[in-house]
Order: sequence, then structure tokens, then C-alpha cells
Amino acid sequence: MTHSKLALTWIAAVVTAALTACGEQKPAPKAEAPKAPPAPSALEIKIGHVAPLTGGIAHLGKDNENGARLAIEQANEAKLMIDGQAAKFVLIAEDDQADPKVGTTVAQKLVDSKVVGVVGHLNSGTSIPASPLYHQAGIPVISGSATNPKLTEQGFKTQFRVVARDDQQGPAIASFLAAEKKPKLVAVIDDATAYGEGIANEVEKTLKAAKIKVLPREKGTDKTTDWKAVLTKLKGRKPDAVFYGGMDATGGPLVKQGRELGIKAVFSFGDGACTDEMTKLAGPAAEGLLCSQAGIPPQAASKAFLAAYKKRFNVDPILYAPFTYDATNLLIEAMKKANSADPAKYLAGLATNEFAGATGKIAFDAKGDRKDAEITIFTMKGGKIEPIAVVKGGATLSYADFLKAMGG
Amino acid sequence: MDIFLQQVINGLTLGSVYAVVALGYTMVYGIIQLINFAHGEVVMIGAMVAFSVITALAGAGLPPLALVLLGVGCAVPVCMLVGYAMERLAYRPLRRAPRLAPLITAIGVSIILQHLAMLVWTRNVIAFPQIIQTEIYTLAGATVTSVQLAIVALCVTMMAGLAWLVYRTRLGTAMRATAQNPQVAGLMGVDINRVIAATFVIGAALAAVAGVMVGTYYGIAQYTMGSILGLKAFAAAVLGGIGNIPGAMVGGVLLGIVEALGAGYIGDLTDLCQYGWLAGLLAEHCAEGGHFILFGSNYQDVFAFVVLILVLVFRPSGLLGERVGDRA
Repeated sequence: MTHSKLALTWIAAVVTAALTACGEQKPAPKAEAPKAPPAPSALEIKIGHVAPLTGGIAHLGKDNENGARLAIEQANEAKLMIDGQAAKFVLIAEDDQADPKVGTTVAQKLVDSKVVGVVGHLNSGTSIPASPLYHQAGIPVISGSATNPKLTEQGFKTQFRVVARDDQQGPAIASFLAAEKKPKLVAVIDDATAYGEGIANEVEKTLKAAKIKVLPREKGTDKTTDWKAVLTKLKGRKPDAVFYGGMDATGGPLVKQGRELGIKAVFSFGDGACTDEMTKLAGPAAEGLLCSQAGIPPQAASKAFLAAYKKRFNVDPILYAPFTYDATNLLIEAMKKANSADPAKYLAGLATNEFAGATGKIAFDAKGDRKDAEITIFTMKGGKIEPIAVVKGGATLSYADFLKAMGG
Repeated sequence: MDIFLQQVINGLTLGSVYAVVALGYTMVYGIIQLINFAHGEVVMIGAMVAFSVITALAGAGLPPLALVLLGVGCAVPVCMLVGYAMERLAYRPLRRAPRLAPLITAIGVSIILQHLAMLVWTRNVIAFPQIIQTEIYTLAGATVTSVQLAIVALCVTMMAGLAWLVYRTRLGTAMRATAQNPQVAGLMGVDINRVIAATFVIGAALAAVAGVMVGTYYGIAQYTMGSILGLKAFAAAVLGGIGNIPGAMVGGVLLGIVEALGAGYIGDLTDLCQYGWLAGLLAEHCAEGGHFILFGSNYQDVFAFVVLILVLVFRPSGLLGERVGDRA
């Protein structure tokens, strides 16, 4: 009895304390505001960022978020003035779990909390269903990593991206594969997501155009860990190369099990499985795989960005951080030029501005895609992915030549 | 033919893991008519603990086999403890409650364990240390890895050990007595609480080993890995007749083979272009050797549940289940 009474008293005490604390905090800014009229009042500018922070690709989500966070923090340090007020940028980072349903919920949440711009989402599968919500609210969205063509084919004036599309990336890896490895028969597998299917379709189209035979499409899911049934079936057809449209969490087991079954084909992947994680997930089986990344490798981003990122987060960027960094800066730059944080006012400038970012020069075409986006081809060597070539505007350059052309 | 053989080998490996996990479901169901939905999470915890131990000791210069044994050696007691705690804290207080209550509790326990694991081992996919050099043997055109052989051998040994325990020891006799009628067994001097706790602990130990096997086989582990594996093992237990120990073994192996063959051949069987009259309808897809595949191998996970539904509709007592009535 005494125990429960004591507990009740405690709870009551805590609740009262909490209530009074809340009550005290609220009026404080109101009281302060009129006191300091000469100093320019702070203009809070909310920018949203969405990426999966849980699940199989949480590491990539965090990488994207870090890129955006760095840009925001640098903008705050620069003490920008917008519309005569000191701009205070706030990053609202959300987790969409790489799930389309959660993606739209989170998008609505951002719209409701009155963000003026969004960087994200990481996945095409979440970006596409979320884009109409932003469009209706008139909020500009720039994705640093969603590569499915559909995203910018919907005709939304608010949708942009700073990476190459799958229909540029797919043909790039496919034509590289065709030219370098000269396969006669290729197996194409995807993970049944918007991204995986999209890039796999593009690869298949390009290979067929190059008169290379392609086996009927095999599919897994974005959670598949057991590929043995699919691979066993493929083994009987003896392909010279395998392309998988999917992420590293599923691509790693795929190549590992493929080698265990004695498949000797070249394994090739899109950007989702183009990470050093592949070595951890597949062990020595990952050696020699080919993969592509939309854009340029993080290590080819501007030195200033790399140094700032390393200093702030104590790690190197993994994949798309330079792109989300640029995407965030594009938003900030457009607001600065339009001298307004109102999406209706700065959107026109965002679409036409030319901007020199950490990933090179950025300008958008009429659809909101980046003009002349680069695609880099990598191979796995000694447990690390190494860039071997860059495809830009249909031409293939070796990586060394590309660095020279970048002015290295 | 070598492809068929390869699919059967894959299915057999997968099936023996299902069988070992299914035993945990079936033993608990046999004794207290509870479907312990948290059993899959115990498998996951087994894999995770082994992962931690192996990574921590990887630099110590021990031979790989000793490392794995140490990993298993730590995973088994941890999982036994989890199994015991689960029974003691979540199920024993509800033993006289309506049957739905412990079932819901089981789902709750599963969610709690999953999220605890997420806090401890992060949400990322963990790459299992590849310390054992996988030897690859060729058999009539099909390949078998040393890991696959070890998994099947270990599963058979464990199942034999369990059969011996249940049918040849005092504890086993007490378990079977409790399964038949707990009240009467109690009157005969069987300590029911101890027997039920022992059942959970044994099931958890098997699950721990299964977890390590799955981890080494696929090379990855994640905090969500237990749920789908658990559900499939549950389907295997129902297929064999839930509550029936040999049934779980048969059901597990059978389900693994059904899944492997199903995933391997469904794409070819549902390629509508090979059926004359349909090919005519789908001319634009089928032209020039094209294909129109209705169901691809991404439907692999569906087979376990199709089997589950078929069993529940046509033979609710399962393949080897004798007593009809309220099974499953």
C-alpha cells in the first residue's frame, strides 16, 4: 500500500514538474522578441532530408544525411542574410525505412511541418510515391541518389535530381560489359523494387541492342538471402555474365552463393551494390566483380568537401554524400539568389541556376535531371572497389584520363 | 538432371535447418499447446551471439574450427537463458489464462527480442566472419560445399540426440507424460514446471545452433532474420503435424525441398509462351523467343505458406499427426 502511494506521489511530482517546465518555456521567446528590435530577427528555414536510417541500407542513409547536414552547418556558419533577416537553417532528418508506405507518411509529415525544401529520398521506390505530395505543396525536392527515370518523368516542376538516371547508368554498365568482357549470353536478375527493375530493364535493352542474348529475367526480393534456387537454374543455362539490379545486402550473398555453385560468369551490379561492403558480405567471391555508380566516386569529389566531411564526421563519405551535400547547397544557393525562403519565389531560379558543387558543375534540364551526368565503372580489386572508367555523354574515358580532365 | 540434383541438395540443406527450428515449435506445442512465435528470434540471437564471439576472438590466432565451436559454445547457453527467461517471465504466469493470451504474449516477446537485438547489434546487415575456407565438392555435376555437409550432418546428429532424449531418458518420459496429461503427470510426481522449462531450454539450444548454421551458410545476419525463418519453421512443424517430433523433422526437410524445387522451376512452368494457345494471345511478348513469366523465383517465400494453407485445409493434423481435434 505504502509503496503504491509513494509511487503515485512520485508520478504526480514528476508530472507537475514537467508541466510547469513546459509552461515556463513557452512564453519565454514571446517575452524576448520585442526586447531586441534593432538586431535582425532570425528567420528559421527548415529543410527536410529523407533516407532509410534503419534496415539493410541504413549506412547509406546516414551517409546521405551527413552530406546534407554538413551543407546546413556550413550555411549557418556563413551567417547568411535572406530577406533582411539572419537565416538559421534547420535540418529535419527523417527515416523512411526504404519503405514506400513509410516514405509517403514521412513526406506528409515534412509538408505539415512547413519545410521549404527537401533533400532525398535515397531510394527511387520511396521518392516516386512521395513526389506528388511535395508537388501539391509546391516544395522543391532534390534527390542525391534516386536513379529511376520515372521520378522526373512525372512532369512535376518541383522534382530534381543531381545524379544520373538508370537509363543512363544501365546502358553505361551494359555497354562497358559488352565491350570489355564480350559475353554471348547474359543473365539479368533484379530485386523486384522500382530501382532494381528499372536498371535491369535498361541493361537488358542495351545488351539486346548489342545483339547479346539475355536469359528470361529472374527475380528476388529486397530481403532475399537465399539465391541458390535461382543460381542453380542459371548454372544450367551457362551465362557468360550476370547482372543484378539490387542492393549490396542482397547482392553480396548472390555473388557468394554463385561462386559456391561453381558459376564462373562475370558478376556485374548497379550502384546499389557498388560498395566496399560487398567484400565483407561475399568474401573473396566478390573479387573481380564489375559495378557502376551514377555520378563520380566520393573520392573524386572536391578536396574541400572531403576534408570538411572527414573533419566533421570522422569518416570518409561512402557513396552519395557529396551529392546530397550539393543538393542541399543548391537549395540554399537558390534561396540566397532569390532573397527568399518561399518555395514559390526561389523555385524558378533553382531550375535555371548553374552551380559549381563538390561533384562538378550542376545544371538541370527541362525535366529536372542533371545535364551531362557522369557514370563511373568500378571493379573489385583486393577487397576494395576501384574506379576503372567514367562514361559521360556516351563516351567512355579511363579513370586516370577522367581525373586529368577534371583538372587534377 | 544435375540441376535437379543441385536443387535437391540446396533444399536438403535448407530443410534440415527448418527441421531443427521446427522441433522447437513442436516440442513446446506438444507440451503446453502454445505456439511460441518468439522462437525465430532465439535463432537470430544465437547467430548474433556467435557473430560477436567470433569477431571478438578472430585476432587471437585460434584455428577457425575452434572459433566456430567457441561461438556455438557461447550462443547455446545464452539462448538457453533466453528460452528459460521467456518461459518463466512471459508464459508461466499465463499458463491458466485463455489460449489466446499467451499467443499474443508470444508475438510481444518476439517484438521485444527483435528490438533488443537491434539495439545491441545495430540495424545493419552484419557480415558473418568468413573464417572457414569453404571447400567445394562436385557430385554428378552438382556442387556441395563443406558448410552444407556440416549443416546436414549436425542437424541429423541433433535430431538423433533429441530423439534419444525424448524416448530413452527420465526427462523425456516426463516430457511425454506432461504432454499427454499435465495434471495426471503432476499427480505422479513429475515436476511440471521443471519439465516445461526444460522443453523451452532444449528448444532454444537447438535454435542457437540453427542460428549459427544459417549465419555461416549465407554469410550474413540481421536482427530481422528470425521472423521469416521462424514462420517457415512453423509451417514445417504444421506440415509434419504440430506437437509431433518426428513430424517436425520430416516436415522441415520436405518444406526445404519443396521451396528449392518450387523456386527453381516455377519460372519455367509459368512461362506462358510455352503453352500454344496462350502464346497466341501474348504474341507481342512471345515473339522472337521472348518470355512471359507469370511467377518468378521471387515467389520462393510463398511456397512455405501455400503449403501451410493446403495442410490446414486438407489435413489439419499434418502428415504424421494422429490426434485430430484442436491441432494447429
